[in-house]
Formats: sequence, C-alpha cells, structure tokens
Amino acid sequence: MKVGLFIPCYVDQFYPGSAIATLQLLEKLGVDVSYPPDQTCCGQPMANSGFEHLTGSCNRLFIKNFSGFDYIVCPSGSCVLHIKHHLHSEANEAEAAAMRGKVYELVEFLTDILKVEELNVEFPYKVGLHQSCHGQRGLYLSQMTELVAPAFSKPRQLLNMVKNLEIMPLDRPDECCGFGGTFCVAEEAVSVKMGQDRVADHLNNGVDYITSADLSCLMHMEGILHRRGSKVKVIHIAEILNGKRN
Amino acid sequence: MAEVFNKDENRVDWHDETLWFIRKKRDLAVKKIDNWEELRETASQIKNNVLSNLSNYLQEFEAKASANGVIVHWAADAVEHNQIVLNLLKQQGITQMVKSKSMLTEECHLNEHLEANGINVIDSDLGERIVQLAKEMPSHIVLPCIHKKKEEIGELFHEHLGTPAGNADPQFLTETARQHLRDVFLTRRAALTGVNFAIAETGEFVVCTNEGNADMGAHLADIHIASMGIEKIIPERKHLSVFLRLLTRSATGQPITTYSSHFSKPRQGKEMHIILVDNGRSIQLGREDFRNSLKCIRCGACMNTCPVYRRSGGHSYHYAISGPIGAILAPNLDMEKYADLPFASTLCGSCSNVCPVKIDIHDQLYKWRQVIVQKGYAPTAKKVSMQAMANVLGSSWKYHAAGKAARTVMHLAPFAVNNKFNPWYKHRDMPEVPEKSFGEWYKINRNK
Amino acid sequence: MSSRDKILATVGQNQPAYSQLPDISFLKGDNDNTVAKFIDTLTTIGGKVILSETIADIRFLLLEELKNHTRKVTTVPLLGDIMEMVNKRLHDPHTMENIDYAIIEADLAVAENGAVWVTEDKLFTRVLPFITQHLAVIVKADNVVPTMHEAYEKIGNSTYGFGTFIAGPSKTADIEQSLVLGAHGARSLTVFLLS
Repeated sequence: MKVGLFIPCYVDQFYPGSAIATLQLLEKLGVDVSYPPDQTCCGQPMANSGFEHLTGSCNRLFIKNFSGFDYIVCPSGSCVLHIKHHLHSEANEAEAAAMRGKVYELVEFLTDILKVEELNVEFPYKVGLHQSCHGQRGLYLSQMTELVAPAFSKPRQLLNMVKNLEIMPLDRPDECCGFGGTFCVAEEAVSVKMGQDRVADHLNNGVDYITSADLSCLMHMEGILHRRGSKVKVIHIAEILNGKRN
Repeated sequence: MAEVFNKDENRVDWHDETLWFIRKKRDLAVKKIDNWEELRETASQIKNNVLSNLSNYLQEFEAKASANGVIVHWAADAVEHNQIVLNLLKQQGITQMVKSKSMLTEECHLNEHLEANGINVIDSDLGERIVQLAKEMPSHIVLPCIHKKKEEIGELFHEHLGTPAGNADPQFLTETARQHLRDVFLTRRAALTGVNFAIAETGEFVVCTNEGNADMGAHLADIHIASMGIEKIIPERKHLSVFLRLLTRSATGQPITTYSSHFSKPRQGKEMHIILVDNGRSIQLGREDFRNSLKCIRCGACMNTCPVYRRSGGHSYHYAISGPIGAILAPNLDMEKYADLPFASTLCGSCSNVCPVKIDIHDQLYKWRQVIVQKGYAPTAKKVSMQAMANVLGSSWKYHAAGKAARTVMHLAPFAVNNKFNPWYKHRDMPEVPEKSFGEWYKINRNK
Repeated sequence: MSSRDKILATVGQNQPAYSQLPDISFLKGDNDNTVAKFIDTLTTIGGKVILSETIADIRFLLLEELKNHTRKVTTVPLLGDIMEMVNKRLHDPHTMENIDYAIIEADLAVAENGAVWVTEDKLFTRVLPFITQHLAVIVKADNVVPTMHEAYEKIGNSTYGFGTFIAGPSKTADIEQSLVLGAHGARSLTVFLLS
C-alpha cells in the first residue's frame, strides 16, 4: 500500500515537529509513505467562512498531488473531515469521490487500517486528552457524551499502548475548545473564553500535557497556556505515539 | 456579538454553569431510556413525513378541529396573526388578556401590538412574567429568564408587585407570583396559549407546562385562543407517545412536564380558536438544505449544550428564537439582518446530537454561511481577505513563499504581529516560529 | 386569494417528496415492576403515593386529612358523604376558586414519568385539578402502564373534550433553577393506588 502524507498548511508552517513525528511513526510501522511537495491547504478556512465557492483551486491541487495513492493520511481531524465532505472536482467528480473514501486521519488509520496493537514507547506523564469536535463528532474517533451509545475511543486505545502514560479524567470530556477556524478571531471574546475554560479543566485535573489529534485546537490552547505562563505543554498525539520523551 | 455579555466574566461563568447543569440533567434522564436513539430516529422520520405531507395534514386538522367546534384561522404572517387576535378580542369587548408561553407570539411581537391597541396582556408563565416586568425579550425558549439572577428578580418584584426590598427567596417570590397571577386568571375573559403539538387525525392540540398556567387561563376564560406555527402538526394521536417522551427529557431532564393538556373541544358555551401561522415557514419548507429546521419541537436542548450560547446569552442573537436553532431559522426571514447568526458557531456539532428530532443543525449553519456570502452579506474586508487566501492557497509556489515570508516576519520582527491589531494576540500568544517548515525539512531529509 | 389558500398553495408547492411514516409498534415499555417504578418516579418528582385496598380505606385516611382543609370536593360518588360532590352541571368554574382539597379518579397512570391521565368526563369541570390547592387522585394499580406508548394504546381513539396528563404538583425552576413546588396549579399531589 502506498500512503500519501497530507500535512495541514499551518502544521507545515508552524508545527513541523508533529508532521515529522507522523512521518516517522508511519515509517516505523512499515508504511510506504511519501509527501507530495506541492500540496498546500485543504481549503477549510475559506469554506467554513462561507467561501466554499473559492476552494476550486485548492481542490484541484489536492487531487493533483494525491492521485495514485492507496491511502491519504493526515494528522488533523478537521482537515480530513473537510476533504471527506467537500472535496469536489468539476473535471473528474468520480476521482474526487474515490479520493474522499481514501483519506484518513492518523489515529483512525492506525486503529482501523494498520490495526496497531502495540507500540514500544513510553510517556511517563499525566495527559489530558482533548477530543477535537471534528475528529470526534465528525469522524467518530470516539463516542460523544450526547448520545446514548456504547463508549469507545480510538485515541485512548492508542494512548493505552504507551507505557506509564496516565490519562486524566476531565470535567467536560468533549466540550469544544473554541478555535472554530476564523471564529477564533471573528468572535474573539467567546473563542478565548471557551479556550480558557478548556485549559482550566485540564489544569484543575492536574495534567502535565494536553494532547489531541488536532493541532488547531492545541495551537489555540497553547496560546492561552503561554499567555498565563503555565508549565503545561501541548503535544500532538503523533509525537507521543512516535516516542517523544519530553 | 458577545462582547458586552463577556465583559462580566463571573456572570458568564454563572450563565454557562447553569445551562451546562441542565445539559447534564438531560444526559441523566436520556441515559435511562435504553432505546433513546431509536426514539430520536422515529421522531425524525415522523417529522420528515409531516413535512412531506404538510398540506394534507393541515387540511385534515382543520376539518377535524372545526367538526369539534374549534374555530380555525389562517395567518400568512405575523401582522395578520396579531390582527386576528386583536379582532377576536375587540369583537367581544375584551381589553385584558392572560397569555401562557408561546414563542410564536414573541416572533410576531403580539404583546406590543395588543398593548398599542389598548389591550392589557399579562404573561402568566413565571419566567415570562419576569421578563415582561423587566421589559425584555425572553433569552431562552424554555427558560425565559435564565439570564437573570434571583436578586434582580427580587428587585423587579419589589418594584412592581410590592414584595419587601432585598427578598430574593425563590419560594417567597413564586408564592407572590402565584397570588398575583391567580387574580389575573380569575378575572380574564380571554386566554391565549401556544401549541406544542397539533394532531391531524383528531383535531386536538396539546399544551405542555410545569406551572399549570396555560390551563388556569384557558379553563376560566370565555375565549381561548391558541397560536400555532403550521409545522407543529403531527399525524396521529399515538405519535404523541414518541414526542412527549422526547420533549421534556431533552429540555430540562424531567420525564414529562407536570401538565400535558389535550384540548379537543371548547367548554360548553365558550369559544376555542386556533390560529395557524405561516410567517415564513412555507418558504423555509421550500429550501432543500434548510427545511429540516421545521422539524423543531422547541425543546431548547441545542441551546443548553451550545458552548457559544452558554457564554453569550440568548439576547446576543437578537431574535425571538436564539441559540443554534434560531441561527438556522432567522436567516430565512431576513437574511441581511440575521447574517451574523450562522457565523456565531464553531460548528462543534453538539447541537445536532442532542436534537430529539435529528435536525442537522451544524450542517445547516455551514450551508447558511455559503448562502449568506453568495447573496453578498459578508463584510467587504472578509471578502477581500478570503479571495487573497484562496489565491495564495490555490498555488503551491505562492503558498510556500507566503509561509516563508510570514515565518520570517514573525521571527525577525515579532512586534509586527504581537500587537493589539492582531485579534489573536489579545489573549493568546502566537505559536513559536520553527526554523524550517515541514516541506523544507522533508526536502533535505527525505528526498534523494 | 385567502390566506388559507395562499398558505396551502405554497406549502403544497414547496413540500418535499413523500417520506413514509415509520411504524412505531416496536416501541414498548417492559412490564417489570411497573407499580414500583411509578411510585419511585412520582415520589422523586414531588408527589406522594398511598397504597390502599379499597375506597373505604381511602375514606378512612381522608377523614384525618380533611380536617386540615376548609372547602373539600370530590367527583367520586362513594366519597360524596364526607365531602362536597362537584356539580356535574356546573357552569361557572370561577366558583371553584376557594377549593382547598379535591379528590378525583384517573383511568390510567404511567410508570416512566409518574403521570396520571384524566379526562373531562371524570373531572366534571376542566379547571378542577388546577385550581384546587391540593389534589388527590385515585387510580387502580392494575391501570399503571410502563410508558407513554402503552398509555396511548389504552387511550386509543376515545373522544374527549379535554384530557390531561398530570405528573406531580405544579412547579417552576424559573428563579435561578431553584425548584419550587406549587406554581399556578395544585401545590401538592397525592395518588391513592388501589390494589
């Protein structure tokens, strides 16, 4: 199987460490993975702001870069959800449809396709797991508290394979962090309040790290943590699973 | 939108905690129903059927209700609704009316119209009476004064109902309201209620309250007027079992409201009227992407769970119906006025998953954004920046150049972005600037 | 064109393609411990349940209770000797204003929510259960059903001018979510469960 690595635009520019960890983790698991260098952005920032009609060139670029792969894997729930729902092509809709079925967020790729059962890594810290909304409610990476349905969690499943990692319980396990795309600046007051409340929940429950499958949420919470001078750090789940130690 | 509300952080926390508590009560109640999700799916399908057969059901309801002696009126819009109510009162020389909770009448601004025409209206639901005394709109469709603290309510009662200053005891204040409203119920010849559900099969309609105020008004009045949105129809009486099981558990976590009153025929010698109101609903029905919003049974669960609503309050939505459901109903009535509402959301999806009739609220929020922008109601600055963004992100070399430029500026001249003109920076630090982008790292470390 | 015609025309034009009504007969409650569940639920929501074997038992209990109230009425003929019988041909419900205690009969009760179902013919006057300060309802234990599905099955297509489910005393939590029993309807609800 050939896997194309899809790295969100802001991860490429600001959090390359998480992208490197994703690449290394897949390579360690024996995956033939490569990174199409001309990729840019999935188009979500425009689409969620009401400008989906401007995402044609992003779509074209995406299809051009990622055709020919068996799977497309990305360390971001929200970008994957966007592609799954909104990748279209005027020229070749059948190809777009096929591609929508091949794109996977990293965690679900590991649990559902590679069916990873063990990881030889350690992360001896107290970790707060932030369920990003798009990953959880959009991609069903884990059960949501709204539904009367059996509990499950793919990220937790993977984190449980990491030695000495303690997942701390939260007061509101799946409340939104408030990033929301351009919402984070368009409705800055509410966005920040939501982020501060999320961070407070983690801090109140004694975490050393906050992890998630989405760096947009982490970037927002990190901004708040740094502003308040907190020692708590954010870390993308790929880095934990890849064996990062501090 | 929420800047004002947000200025008092303690108050925001209080409002947020109160509504989250109600969400938790809802969770406790629904988890006791093993087949809750099946119930939601069933209700959703019943409502889908209703929307697809609405014309027939409305006519069936009208025929059955009329045969029962109920007088059926049709109002194309809010103005006509208000006129019908006024005429009914004037015909009987009535100048005072008692009203129980009806969000439809808020939508129509009925009270204002009646007051302007010499009719005194008293809202009998305690929460509604409180906001009436405060001269405010309700901030939540089920909990009208959830935004008010008990001290504020105590002050209102002191000013308007003569209770002792400083008394904020809920028991005492409720007892005061009971005595005050009892006198109103006993003296009003006209009572107006809302309608929770109307049954096409039998012509009856159901009104649900915890306080008993709808009944106290209706059973003592000479004329009972019921105002109803045309989408409140359900096909058969037995379907009430599904909706009454879902409604209050979703709204407040109670298994059912204290009273679920089924009105079929007027009392002997008295009048019962029902006004079927359109006011934009038939237009919404024609919008393929948004018609599902008409399935709403007005439970308010979406508001209780919405992290944005909880921290902004209902008034920041500047429409009779607030929260996620308000944001997908309002633009249909006036897209320009309510253009901001669908954007006041992170699209987290919690609302869609508590909705007892499975309205795809968060998907509709996304779709409304596209419509509103296409219709030209996006701010110019946004249009320009989005076009620029699409331009850059649609081209590999432009994207890489822009990314490098941004990182360089942030690295060499952080003050250029770390300042008050950057809304992100107001309360959050910017991310650290890495030496290389992932693309640059990959080129060096992987490409042979 | 009347508003009625306009509305129906637009609705007819705009409604989506026909969508089948689901069959709801698969929705059922389970019949285990129905009476116990009813008692538990009603008590939790602020009502009171008294188990009795016969109306005579109830009359005996009432004799004590009625000493606390001034005007007490009933719709139950067997209790007409110790209390005022509600006049079936009563025309003015306002005269019920000073009723302190009313005891009526219900045809069925629902375990999942503690509600009893009463119709106009059993109430004699619609306002009675709301206007009284305290309400008592007699219902047979055999007529307690598990859920609203069974309740509506029992109600069937009976005709009534008015009917209502009453679940506990009237209440409100509108003042800062503090629950207060006794809003505009009855301040208390007691169910006499006849075995």
